[in-house]
Amino acid sequence: MEGYNFAYLDEQTKRMIRRAILKAVAVPGHQVPFGSREMPLPYGWGTGGIQVTASILGADDTLKVIDQGADDTTNAVSIRRFFARTAGVRTTTRTAEATVIQTRHRVPETPLREDQIIVYQVPQPEPLSRLEPSRVQTKIMHALGEYGLMHVKLYEDVARYGQVSISYDYPVMVNGRHLMAPSPIPAFDNPKLDRMPALQLFGAGREKRIYAVPPFTSVRSLDFDDHPFRAIRAPHACGLCGATDCYLDEVVVDDRGKRLFVCSDTDHCATRREAGHSGADSLPEAAE
Amino acid sequence: MSDAIAIPGFADPVADSQRAFRAVLDAMARPGRIADLGEGLRAPAPLDPATAAVALMLADQETTVALDGALRDAAPWLSFHAGVTLVDDPTRAQFVIASICPDLGSLDAGTDEQPETSATLILQVPGFGAGPGYRLSGPGLENPAILHVQGLPDGFAAAWQANHARYPRGIDVILCVGNRVAALPRSVSVEQL
Repeated sequence: MEGYNFAYLDEQTKRMIRRAILKAVAVPGHQVPFGSREMPLPYGWGTGGIQVTASILGADDTLKVIDQGADDTTNAVSIRRFFARTAGVRTTTRTAEATVIQTRHRVPETPLREDQIIVYQVPQPEPLSRLEPSRVQTKIMHALGEYGLMHVKLYEDVARYGQVSISYDYPVMVNGRHLMAPSPIPAFDNPKLDRMPALQLFGAGREKRIYAVPPFTSVRSLDFDDHPFRAIRAPHACGLCGATDCYLDEVVVDDRGKRLFVCSDTDHCATRREAGHSGADSLPEAAE
Repeated sequence: MSDAIAIPGFADPVADSQRAFRAVLDAMARPGRIADLGEGLRAPAPLDPATAAVALMLADQETTVALDGALRDAAPWLSFHAGVTLVDDPTRAQFVIASICPDLGSLDAGTDEQPETSATLILQVPGFGAGPGYRLSGPGLENPAILHVQGLPDGFAAAWQANHARYPRGIDVILCVGNRVAALPRSVSVEQL
Protein backbone atom coordinates (compact mmCIF):
# COMPACT_ATOMS: atom_id res chain seq x y z
CA MET A 1 0.00 0.00 0.00
CA GLU A 2 1.33 3.40 -1.04
CA GLY A 3 2.75 5.51 1.77
CA TYR A 4 2.90 2.77 4.38
CA ASN A 5 5.52 0.24 5.33
CA PHE A 6 4.77 -3.45 4.78
CA ALA A 7 2.18 -4.52 7.38
CA TYR A 8 1.62 -0.90 8.51
CA LEU A 9 4.13 -0.70 11.38
CA ASP A 10 7.53 0.93 10.82
CA GLU A 11 10.64 -1.23 11.14
CA GLN A 12 11.75 0.40 14.39
CA THR A 13 8.47 -0.55 16.05
CA LYS A 14 8.63 -4.06 14.64
CA ARG A 15 12.14 -4.54 16.07
CA MET A 16 10.96 -3.42 19.49
CA ILE A 17 7.98 -5.80 19.35
CA ARG A 18 10.16 -8.64 18.03
CA ARG A 19 12.56 -8.21 20.95
CA ALA A 20 9.59 -8.41 23.33
CA ILE A 21 8.21 -11.52 21.58
CA LEU A 22 11.52 -13.39 21.83
CA LYS A 23 11.80 -12.63 25.55
CA ALA A 24 8.16 -13.64 26.01
CA VAL A 25 8.88 -17.00 24.36
CA ALA A 26 11.92 -17.51 26.60
CA VAL A 27 9.81 -16.95 29.76
CA PRO A 28 6.48 -18.66 28.98
CA GLY A 29 3.48 -16.90 30.53
CA HIS A 30 5.44 -13.83 31.72
CA GLN A 31 4.00 -10.49 30.57
CA VAL A 32 6.61 -8.42 28.73
CA PRO A 33 5.90 -4.67 28.52
CA PHE A 34 6.17 -3.11 25.06
CA GLY A 35 5.69 0.32 23.52
CA SER A 36 2.21 -0.17 22.14
CA ARG A 37 1.52 2.17 19.22
CA GLU A 38 -1.60 4.01 18.25
CA MET A 39 -3.34 1.95 15.57
CA PRO A 40 -5.98 2.98 13.06
CA LEU A 41 -8.69 1.37 15.18
CA PRO A 42 -9.61 1.87 18.82
CA TYR A 43 -8.30 0.05 21.87
CA GLY A 44 -10.44 -2.97 22.53
CA TRP A 45 -10.62 -3.86 18.86
CA GLY A 46 -7.51 -5.97 18.84
CA THR A 47 -4.70 -3.42 18.69
CA GLY A 48 -2.36 -5.71 20.65
CA GLY A 49 -3.04 -8.70 18.44
CA ILE A 50 -2.65 -6.56 15.32
CA GLN A 51 0.74 -5.25 16.41
CA VAL A 52 1.97 -8.77 17.14
CA THR A 53 0.61 -10.04 13.81
CA ALA A 54 2.16 -7.10 11.94
CA SER A 55 5.56 -7.87 13.48
CA ILE A 56 5.60 -11.56 12.56
CA LEU A 57 3.79 -11.45 9.21
CA GLY A 58 5.72 -12.07 5.98
CA ALA A 59 4.70 -11.87 2.34
CA ASP A 60 4.32 -15.66 2.07
CA ASP A 61 2.05 -16.03 5.10
CA THR A 62 -1.64 -16.86 4.90
CA LEU A 63 -3.71 -15.04 7.50
CA LYS A 64 -6.95 -16.08 9.14
CA VAL A 65 -8.76 -13.78 11.57
CA ILE A 66 -11.61 -14.89 13.81
CA ASP A 67 -13.81 -13.06 16.25
CA GLN A 68 -15.56 -15.37 18.73
CA GLY A 69 -14.89 -18.21 16.29
CA ALA A 70 -16.50 -16.45 13.32
CA ASP A 71 -14.65 -15.30 10.19
CA ASP A 72 -17.46 -13.02 9.05
CA THR A 73 -17.98 -10.62 11.97
CA THR A 74 -17.05 -6.93 11.80
CA ASN A 75 -13.83 -7.16 13.80
CA ALA A 76 -12.55 -10.19 11.89
CA VAL A 77 -13.45 -8.75 8.49
CA SER A 78 -11.82 -5.38 9.19
CA ILE A 79 -8.58 -6.85 10.54
CA ARG A 80 -8.35 -9.30 7.64
CA ARG A 81 -8.89 -6.47 5.16
CA PHE A 82 -6.40 -4.29 7.02
CA PHE A 83 -3.62 -6.83 6.47
CA ALA A 84 -4.74 -7.68 2.94
CA ARG A 85 -4.32 -3.97 2.10
CA THR A 86 -1.23 -3.05 4.11
CA ALA A 87 0.73 -6.29 3.67
CA GLY A 88 -0.86 -7.84 0.59
CA VAL A 89 -0.88 -11.25 2.28
CA ARG A 90 -3.20 -14.07 1.29
CA THR A 91 -6.14 -14.44 3.62
CA THR A 92 -8.30 -17.45 4.28
CA THR A 93 -11.15 -18.59 6.44
CA ARG A 94 -9.88 -22.18 6.52
CA THR A 95 -8.04 -23.00 9.72
CA ALA A 96 -5.97 -25.69 7.99
CA GLU A 97 -4.74 -23.31 5.26
CA ALA A 98 -3.61 -20.50 7.57
CA THR A 99 -0.04 -20.01 8.77
CA VAL A 100 -0.94 -17.15 11.12
CA ILE A 101 -4.29 -17.05 12.92
CA GLN A 102 -5.31 -13.95 14.84
CA THR A 103 -8.15 -14.64 17.22
CA ARG A 104 -10.47 -12.78 19.50
CA HIS A 105 -11.68 -15.01 22.31
CA ARG A 106 -11.76 -18.48 20.69
CA VAL A 107 -9.36 -21.25 19.76
CA PRO A 108 -10.33 -22.98 16.49
CA GLU A 109 -11.84 -26.45 16.86
CA THR A 110 -9.50 -27.86 14.19
CA PRO A 111 -6.29 -28.85 16.02
CA LEU A 112 -3.44 -26.47 15.15
CA ARG A 113 -0.16 -27.69 13.69
CA GLU A 114 3.51 -27.01 14.40
CA ASP A 115 3.84 -24.72 11.37
CA GLN A 116 1.09 -22.38 12.54
CA ILE A 117 1.18 -19.40 14.92
CA ILE A 118 -1.91 -18.27 16.81
CA VAL A 119 -2.12 -14.64 18.00
CA TYR A 120 -4.64 -13.83 20.73
CA GLN A 121 -6.17 -10.39 21.26
CA VAL A 122 -6.03 -9.69 24.97
CA PRO A 123 -8.05 -6.99 26.79
CA GLN A 124 -6.61 -7.63 30.27
CA PRO A 125 -3.30 -9.53 30.44
CA GLU A 126 -3.06 -9.51 34.23
CA PRO A 127 -4.87 -12.56 35.67
CA LEU A 128 -4.76 -11.05 39.16
CA SER A 129 -6.21 -7.67 38.15
CA ARG A 130 -9.63 -8.26 39.71
CA LEU A 131 -8.06 -9.40 42.96
CA GLU A 132 -5.20 -6.92 43.28
CA PRO A 133 -5.59 -3.58 41.50
CA SER A 134 -1.96 -2.50 41.95
CA ARG A 135 0.37 -3.42 39.10
CA VAL A 136 3.32 -2.95 41.43
CA GLN A 137 1.90 -5.62 43.73
CA THR A 138 0.93 -8.10 41.00
CA LYS A 139 4.44 -7.87 39.53
CA ILE A 140 5.87 -8.82 42.91
CA MET A 141 3.38 -11.68 43.18
CA HIS A 142 4.46 -13.01 39.77
CA ALA A 143 8.12 -12.60 40.75
CA LEU A 144 7.60 -14.63 43.89
CA GLY A 145 5.22 -17.13 42.26
CA GLU A 146 2.80 -16.17 45.03
CA TYR A 147 -0.64 -17.06 43.70
CA GLY A 148 -2.46 -17.83 46.93
CA LEU A 149 -4.91 -15.01 46.25
CA MET A 150 -6.20 -16.74 43.12
CA HIS A 151 -6.56 -20.06 44.93
CA VAL A 152 -8.55 -18.30 47.66
CA LYS A 153 -10.82 -16.80 44.98
CA LEU A 154 -11.43 -20.25 43.48
CA TYR A 155 -11.96 -21.72 46.96
CA GLU A 156 -14.53 -19.04 47.81
CA ASP A 157 -16.35 -19.82 44.56
CA VAL A 158 -16.48 -23.51 45.48
CA ALA A 159 -17.62 -22.71 49.03
CA ARG A 160 -20.34 -20.33 47.82
CA TYR A 161 -21.57 -21.89 44.57
CA GLY A 162 -20.28 -25.45 44.77
CA GLN A 163 -18.13 -24.87 41.70
CA VAL A 164 -15.68 -22.38 40.22
CA SER A 165 -17.80 -19.59 38.75
CA ILE A 166 -15.41 -18.54 35.97
CA SER A 167 -16.64 -19.39 32.49
CA TYR A 168 -14.13 -17.45 30.41
CA ASP A 169 -10.60 -16.08 30.89
CA TYR A 170 -10.11 -18.99 33.29
CA PRO A 171 -6.66 -18.59 34.90
CA VAL A 172 -3.95 -21.05 33.86
CA MET A 173 -0.52 -21.97 35.18
CA VAL A 174 2.08 -21.98 32.41
CA ASN A 175 5.19 -24.16 32.57
CA GLY A 176 4.42 -24.68 36.26
CA ARG A 177 5.65 -21.18 37.06
CA HIS A 178 3.63 -18.20 35.76
CA LEU A 179 -0.07 -17.57 36.28
CA MET A 180 -1.50 -16.38 32.97
CA ALA A 181 -4.74 -14.97 31.60
CA PRO A 182 -5.57 -17.05 28.51
CA SER A 183 -7.55 -14.03 27.17
CA PRO A 184 -11.36 -14.27 27.40
CA ILE A 185 -11.61 -17.60 25.60
CA PRO A 186 -14.31 -19.87 27.05
CA ALA A 187 -12.98 -22.24 29.71
CA PHE A 188 -14.02 -24.92 27.19
CA ASP A 189 -10.98 -23.93 25.10
CA ASN A 190 -8.46 -24.05 27.96
CA PRO A 191 -7.49 -27.72 27.44
CA LYS A 192 -6.52 -26.86 23.82
CA LEU A 193 -3.76 -24.55 25.08
CA ASP A 194 -2.03 -27.37 26.92
CA ARG A 195 0.88 -28.81 24.92
CA MET A 196 -0.46 -27.23 21.72
CA PRO A 197 1.92 -27.90 18.77
CA ALA A 198 1.53 -24.29 17.51
CA LEU A 199 3.29 -21.28 19.00
CA GLN A 200 0.83 -19.06 20.93
CA LEU A 201 1.41 -15.30 21.16
CA PHE A 202 -0.73 -12.89 23.18
CA GLY A 203 -0.91 -9.13 22.58
CA ALA A 204 -2.63 -6.54 24.79
CA GLY A 205 -2.55 -3.11 23.11
CA ARG A 206 -4.10 -0.86 25.73
CA GLU A 207 -2.31 -2.62 28.60
CA LYS A 208 0.93 -2.73 26.56
CA ARG A 209 1.90 -6.32 27.29
CA ILE A 210 3.00 -9.27 25.17
CA TYR A 211 3.28 -12.84 26.39
CA ALA A 212 3.69 -16.24 24.84
CA VAL A 213 3.31 -19.97 25.26
CA PRO A 214 5.84 -22.00 23.22
CA PRO A 215 4.73 -25.27 21.58
CA PHE A 216 4.25 -28.34 23.77
CA THR A 217 4.29 -26.29 26.96
CA SER A 218 2.26 -27.32 29.96
CA VAL A 219 -0.79 -25.05 30.46
CA ARG A 220 -2.80 -26.19 33.47
CA SER A 221 -6.15 -24.68 34.41
CA LEU A 222 -6.14 -23.97 38.15
CA ASP A 223 -8.30 -26.37 40.15
CA PHE A 224 -8.46 -28.48 43.31
CA ASP A 225 -7.97 -32.24 43.70
CA ASP A 226 -11.57 -32.64 44.85
CA HIS A 227 -12.94 -30.07 42.38
CA PRO A 228 -11.08 -30.82 39.14
CA PHE A 229 -11.34 -28.40 36.22
CA ARG A 230 -14.19 -29.20 33.83
CA ALA A 231 -14.61 -27.82 30.33
CA ILE A 232 -18.25 -26.73 30.13
CA ARG A 233 -20.34 -26.47 26.96
CA ALA A 234 -24.06 -26.08 26.27
CA PRO A 235 -25.61 -29.58 26.37
CA HIS A 236 -26.91 -29.45 22.80
CA ALA A 237 -25.94 -30.48 19.29
CA CYS A 238 -25.18 -27.82 16.67
CA GLY A 239 -28.43 -27.04 14.86
CA LEU A 240 -26.66 -26.74 11.50
CA CYS A 241 -23.99 -29.45 11.48
CA GLY A 242 -25.05 -31.68 14.37
CA ALA A 243 -21.66 -31.54 16.15
CA THR A 244 -21.85 -32.54 19.79
CA ASP A 245 -18.25 -31.93 20.76
CA CYS A 246 -17.61 -28.25 19.99
CA TYR A 247 -18.39 -24.91 21.57
CA LEU A 248 -21.86 -23.53 20.75
CA ASP A 249 -23.35 -20.06 20.44
CA GLU A 250 -26.98 -19.56 21.46
CA VAL A 251 -28.88 -17.48 18.91
CA VAL A 252 -32.42 -16.12 19.33
CA VAL A 253 -34.06 -16.64 15.93
CA ASP A 254 -37.57 -15.19 16.24
CA ASP A 255 -39.73 -12.98 18.49
CA ARG A 256 -41.21 -15.97 20.31
CA GLY A 257 -38.03 -16.95 22.09
CA LYS A 258 -37.03 -19.77 19.75
CA ARG A 259 -33.37 -20.52 20.16
CA LEU A 260 -30.80 -22.08 17.91
CA PHE A 261 -27.51 -23.53 19.09
CA VAL A 262 -24.79 -23.31 16.43
CA CYS A 263 -21.05 -23.92 16.34
CA SER A 264 -19.17 -20.80 17.37
CA ASP A 265 -16.37 -21.83 14.96
CA THR A 266 -17.90 -21.02 11.56
CA ASP A 267 -15.13 -22.70 9.55
CA HIS A 268 -15.48 -25.93 11.54
CA CYS A 269 -19.26 -25.89 11.06
CA ALA A 270 -19.04 -25.18 7.31
CA THR A 271 -16.42 -27.90 6.81
CA ARG A 272 -18.64 -30.43 8.58
CA ARG A 273 -21.69 -29.42 6.52
CA GLU A 274 -19.67 -29.76 3.31
CA ALA A 275 -18.74 -33.25 4.45
CA GLY A 276 -22.45 -34.08 4.62
CA HIS A 277 -23.19 -33.61 8.31
CA SER A 278 -26.42 -31.84 9.17
CA GLY A 279 -28.28 -30.84 12.29
CA ALA A 280 -31.91 -30.66 13.39
CA ASP A 281 -32.34 -27.05 12.21
CA SER A 282 -30.59 -27.24 8.83
CA LEU A 283 -32.66 -25.66 6.11
CA PRO A 284 -32.86 -27.61 2.86
CA GLU A 285 -31.35 -24.74 0.87
CA ALA A 286 -28.53 -24.38 3.40
CA ALA A 287 -27.52 -27.97 2.75
CA GLU A 288 -26.81 -27.38 -0.94
CA MET B 1 34.14 5.18 4.63
CA SER B 2 35.92 1.85 4.70
CA ASP B 3 34.93 -1.02 2.42
CA ALA B 4 33.59 -3.09 5.29
CA ILE B 5 31.07 -0.40 6.22
CA ALA B 6 29.84 -0.30 2.65
CA ILE B 7 28.61 -3.90 2.80
CA PRO B 8 24.86 -3.41 2.99
CA GLY B 9 22.96 -4.83 5.91
CA PHE B 10 19.93 -6.45 4.39
CA ALA B 11 19.39 -6.28 0.62
CA ASP B 12 15.66 -5.87 1.36
CA PRO B 13 15.51 -4.58 4.95
CA VAL B 14 11.80 -5.26 5.46
CA ALA B 15 11.51 -8.76 3.99
CA ASP B 16 14.95 -9.97 5.06
CA SER B 17 14.59 -8.90 8.68
CA GLN B 18 11.12 -10.46 8.82
CA ARG B 19 12.54 -13.74 7.45
CA ALA B 20 15.42 -13.60 9.93
CA PHE B 21 13.02 -12.91 12.78
CA ARG B 22 10.75 -15.84 11.91
CA ALA B 23 13.77 -18.15 11.73
CA VAL B 24 14.97 -16.97 15.15
CA LEU B 25 11.42 -17.15 16.56
CA ASP B 26 11.11 -20.71 15.29
CA ALA B 27 14.47 -21.58 16.83
CA MET B 28 13.60 -19.91 20.14
CA ALA B 29 10.17 -21.55 20.33
CA ARG B 30 11.63 -24.98 19.56
CA PRO B 31 15.02 -25.17 21.28
CA GLY B 32 17.59 -27.20 19.37
CA ARG B 33 15.88 -26.74 16.01
CA ILE B 34 18.26 -25.37 13.41
CA ALA B 35 16.57 -22.66 11.36
CA ASP B 36 17.80 -21.34 8.04
CA LEU B 37 17.95 -17.58 7.45
CA GLY B 38 18.14 -18.02 3.70
CA GLU B 39 20.75 -17.19 1.11
CA GLY B 40 21.79 -13.76 -0.03
CA LEU B 41 22.87 -12.31 3.30
CA ARG B 42 26.24 -10.60 3.29
CA ALA B 43 28.27 -9.77 6.32
CA PRO B 44 31.62 -8.15 6.97
CA ALA B 45 34.32 -10.43 8.36
CA PRO B 46 34.60 -11.67 11.04
CA LEU B 47 30.79 -11.91 11.38
CA ASP B 48 28.92 -14.84 9.87
CA PRO B 49 25.86 -13.85 7.82
CA ALA B 50 23.54 -15.24 10.52
CA THR B 51 25.28 -13.31 13.30
CA ALA B 52 25.04 -10.10 11.30
CA ALA B 53 21.40 -10.71 10.38
CA VAL B 54 20.35 -11.43 13.97
CA ALA B 55 22.15 -8.31 15.17
CA LEU B 56 20.55 -6.09 12.51
CA MET B 57 17.13 -7.63 13.07
CA LEU B 58 17.11 -7.08 16.86
CA ALA B 59 19.50 -4.26 17.74
CA ASP B 60 19.04 -0.54 17.09
CA GLN B 61 19.57 2.81 18.76
CA GLU B 62 17.42 1.69 21.70
CA THR B 63 19.71 -1.18 22.62
CA THR B 64 23.21 -1.60 23.95
CA VAL B 65 25.53 -4.08 22.28
CA ALA B 66 28.88 -5.50 23.36
CA LEU B 67 31.20 -7.19 20.87
CA ASP B 68 33.87 -9.54 22.16
CA GLY B 69 37.53 -9.08 21.18
CA ALA B 70 37.59 -11.35 18.14
CA LEU B 71 34.56 -9.63 16.58
CA ARG B 72 35.56 -6.06 17.40
CA ASP B 73 36.40 -5.37 13.73
CA ALA B 74 32.67 -5.41 12.96
CA ALA B 75 31.97 -2.52 15.34
CA PRO B 76 32.00 0.30 12.73
CA TRP B 77 29.72 -1.70 10.42
CA LEU B 78 27.26 -2.48 13.21
CA SER B 79 27.07 1.05 14.55
CA PHE B 80 26.68 2.46 11.02
CA HIS B 81 23.89 0.10 9.91
CA ALA B 82 22.03 -0.47 13.17
CA GLY B 83 22.88 2.71 15.06
CA VAL B 84 23.52 0.70 18.20
CA THR B 85 25.21 2.00 21.31
CA LEU B 86 28.36 -0.09 21.64
CA VAL B 87 29.55 -0.73 25.17
CA ASP B 88 32.86 -2.24 26.23
CA ASP B 89 31.54 -3.99 29.29
CA PRO B 90 29.47 -7.08 28.28
CA THR B 91 27.89 -7.22 31.75
CA ARG B 92 26.02 -3.99 30.92
CA ALA B 93 24.85 -4.89 27.41
CA GLN B 94 21.43 -6.04 26.28
CA PHE B 95 22.97 -7.94 23.38
CA VAL B 96 26.34 -9.60 23.68
CA ILE B 97 27.78 -10.71 20.36
CA ALA B 98 30.65 -13.12 20.86
CA SER B 99 32.61 -15.92 19.26
CA ILE B 100 33.89 -17.23 22.59
CA CYS B 101 31.23 -18.10 25.15
CA PRO B 102 31.53 -15.63 28.05
CA ASP B 103 30.76 -16.54 31.65
CA LEU B 104 26.94 -16.72 31.61
CA GLY B 105 26.84 -15.81 35.28
CA SER B 106 28.51 -12.47 34.61
CA LEU B 107 25.93 -11.19 32.09
CA ASP B 108 22.80 -9.27 33.06
CA ALA B 109 20.18 -11.88 34.01
CA GLY B 110 17.35 -9.42 34.64
CA THR B 111 15.30 -9.39 37.82
CA ASP B 112 12.55 -11.68 39.08
CA GLU B 113 10.06 -8.89 38.46
CA GLN B 114 11.45 -7.97 35.04
CA PRO B 115 13.16 -11.07 33.64
CA GLU B 116 12.70 -9.65 30.12
CA THR B 117 15.47 -7.11 30.77
CA SER B 118 18.11 -9.85 30.71
CA ALA B 119 20.87 -10.00 28.10
CA THR B 120 20.65 -12.05 24.92
CA LEU B 121 23.90 -13.73 23.93
CA ILE B 122 24.40 -13.98 20.16
CA LEU B 123 27.12 -16.60 19.98
CA GLN B 124 28.91 -17.34 16.74
CA VAL B 125 30.15 -20.94 16.83
CA PRO B 126 32.13 -23.01 14.28
CA GLY B 127 29.44 -25.55 13.43
CA PHE B 128 26.29 -27.55 14.15
CA GLY B 129 25.87 -31.28 13.67
CA ALA B 130 29.33 -32.20 14.90
CA GLY B 131 31.11 -31.75 18.19
CA PRO B 132 29.70 -32.44 21.65
CA GLY B 133 26.04 -33.38 21.84
CA TYR B 134 23.58 -31.80 24.24
CA ARG B 135 20.18 -33.14 25.21
CA LEU B 136 17.62 -30.35 25.58
CA SER B 137 14.28 -30.58 27.34
CA GLY B 138 11.68 -28.07 28.44
CA PRO B 139 9.04 -25.77 26.93
CA GLY B 140 8.88 -25.95 23.13
CA LEU B 141 9.89 -29.59 23.03
CA GLU B 142 7.50 -32.51 22.76
CA ASN B 143 10.40 -34.91 23.31
CA PRO B 144 13.96 -34.08 24.35
CA ALA B 145 16.00 -32.78 21.40
CA ILE B 146 19.65 -33.45 20.65
CA LEU B 147 21.82 -30.57 19.47
CA HIS B 148 25.46 -30.97 18.44
CA VAL B 149 27.45 -27.76 18.63
CA GLN B 150 31.13 -27.14 18.09
CA GLY B 151 33.04 -24.53 20.00
CA LEU B 152 31.16 -24.41 23.30
CA PRO B 153 33.51 -24.47 26.30
CA ASP B 154 34.02 -27.57 28.44
CA GLY B 155 31.51 -27.62 31.22
CA PHE B 156 28.98 -25.61 29.20
CA ALA B 157 26.12 -27.86 30.30
CA ALA B 158 26.89 -27.21 33.97
CA ALA B 159 27.21 -23.46 33.37
CA TRP B 160 23.91 -23.55 31.48
CA GLN B 161 22.16 -25.42 34.28
CA ALA B 162 23.30 -22.71 36.70
CA ASN B 163 21.75 -20.17 34.30
CA HIS B 164 18.58 -22.28 34.00
CA ALA B 165 18.33 -22.62 37.79
CA ARG B 166 17.85 -18.85 38.14
CA TYR B 167 14.62 -19.05 36.12
CA PRO B 168 12.71 -16.81 35.43
CA ARG B 169 15.95 -14.80 35.45
CA GLY B 170 18.62 -15.90 33.01
CA ILE B 171 20.42 -15.42 29.71
CA ASP B 172 18.98 -16.51 26.36
CA VAL B 173 21.41 -17.68 23.71
CA ILE B 174 21.13 -17.52 19.93
CA LEU B 175 23.76 -19.74 18.30
CA CYS B 176 24.84 -18.68 14.80
CA VAL B 177 26.73 -20.63 12.15
CA GLY B 178 26.96 -19.54 8.52
CA ASN B 179 23.40 -18.62 7.66
CA ARG B 180 21.79 -20.88 10.25
CA VAL B 181 20.68 -20.33 13.84
CA ALA B 182 19.64 -22.38 16.86
CA ALA B 183 18.54 -21.03 20.21
CA LEU B 184 18.68 -21.87 23.88
CA PRO B 185 16.04 -19.96 25.86
CA ARG B 186 16.63 -19.89 29.61
CA SER B 187 13.60 -22.16 30.13
CA VAL B 188 15.37 -25.14 28.57
CA SER B 189 17.35 -27.69 30.51
CA VAL B 190 20.65 -28.87 28.97
CA GLU B 191 22.47 -32.12 29.62
CA GLN B 192 25.73 -33.11 27.95
CA LEU B 193 25.62 -36.50 26.23
